[in-house]
Amino acid sequence: MERHHFETELQALKNRLLNMGALVEERVHGAVQALMERSLEGSEAIARGDEEVNALQIEIDDRCLKLLALQQPMASDLRLITSAMKINADLERIGDQAVNIAENAIKMLSAPPLKPLIDVPRMADIAERMTRDSLDAFVRRDPALAREVLARDDEVDGLKDTIFRVLLTYMMADPGTIERALALILISRNLERIADHATNIAEDVIFLVEARDVRHHHEVTPAP
Amino acid sequence: MEDETSVVDPPGIRIQAAVRTDVVPEAERQAITIRNVQFYYGEKQVLFDIGMDVGENRVTALIGPSGCGKSTLLRCLNRMNDLIEGARLRGEVKVKDRDIYGPGVDVIGVRRRIGMVFQKSNPFPKSIYDNVVYGLRIAGQRDRRKLDEACEASLQRAALWDEAKDRLQESALSLSGGQQQRLCIARAIAVEPEILVMDEPSSALAPLAAVKIEELIYSLKERYTIVIVTHNLQQAARVSDKTAFFWLGRLVEYGLTPQMFTNPHEKLTEDYITGRFG
Repeated sequence: MERHHFETELQALKNRLLNMGALVEERVHGAVQALMERSLEGSEAIARGDEEVNALQIEIDDRCLKLLALQQPMASDLRLITSAMKINADLERIGDQAVNIAENAIKMLSAPPLKPLIDVPRMADIAERMTRDSLDAFVRRDPALAREVLARDDEVDGLKDTIFRVLLTYMMADPGTIERALALILISRNLERIADHATNIAEDVIFLVEARDVRHHHEVTPAP
Repeated sequence: MEDETSVVDPPGIRIQAAVRTDVVPEAERQAITIRNVQFYYGEKQVLFDIGMDVGENRVTALIGPSGCGKSTLLRCLNRMNDLIEGARLRGEVKVKDRDIYGPGVDVIGVRRRIGMVFQKSNPFPKSIYDNVVYGLRIAGQRDRRKLDEACEASLQRAALWDEAKDRLQESALSLSGGQQQRLCIARAIAVEPEILVMDEPSSALAPLAAVKIEELIYSLKERYTIVIVTHNLQQAARVSDKTAFFWLGRLVEYGLTPQMFTNPHEKLTEDYITGRFG
């Protein structure tokens, strides 16, 4: 194999990115589970901080910088490394949103549950799957799966609007519910942001594989 | 003893800190130490106050514009400059704590311990086999089996065995450019040097052959200390662990390669590496 050393380092970069993906997925799942179970301990554990995610982010960016400087990557190798840096940033932000969900969940514990949670866990499920599938698309270099992830974002946005409308009626009926309702609205926004970051990752995968920049709903056909 | 008051482990995966194979640390031992070296061709001084250590089992690259003194310094390391009329060195070049310019030093022995590979490969007009074992025969080795073993081992390590094993008695000149260069590396390795110095080893080769030489250098550093002069900055970045930048006969900056190419300390280094001049 030519450039054996370079190939080894590219594989190491991909592995670290997948480590990070697995870690943030786990944290999002843990935050939502703690919310559903009304577990103070579970929420506090997630809210306590994400040093591990932060350390991985710094390491991954450092690896990318060194690869760019020392290996002069071209073509798909170059797109891989620039995509890795962007995916790295989106994963770290997903990790931040997990912390936010946990902090908002804690706010809801000071009073009894407002209502059974149905739409929030549905949103969470979609957002988690989008995150997982966008990373799968990255590993498998699968633009079809990435496009499929992009299509699910509308459902997430729809659920966020539904949650807002429903909780608005609660708040108008009884101001005593405002603190808990707002916390839930914030959580739905956290989940909507997670889904957005997953779509960013999916767009990066399409760029990586097809050299097409599909951001902002703009499909650019590469010059022949 | 475990801390019994430790906080409950949060749910989630514990990710191991990765071993960074992309960053090679400083060598524990120095193969060559260079101190206060001044070098002259006749009256003209071309190297000024050179001081640096070359790490054992590392690849050290010497870079800089034409005429900066990098090749001159390389040739100081195995006293090849002795062959130039009027060339002289002041200062100290120690290999494993012995000054190779000291009184009574066996110069031929120095050139065996520190093998040299040139930009233009120079196979002898002999068979491939005779090229590889030439140095051993000169040193008095006659045992055919030992020569055969040394030939195979050297060609294996130079990544040429598969291509050469069925044509050992053919002329070395029938090999391609890239193969000839690997033959010269095999020939240098056959006498079991500690250090290999290479002056632009792949600049005369086609890109694919040059990549093979780079991969070879990468594998050779496990056994040998390697110093390479190159005008190809990307090659220095790909292949070396430390890089020394020379300018007008002086050592401007010397550091770990990842740092030299991402954040050098000296503006002169930054300007050279980014192609602002030179």
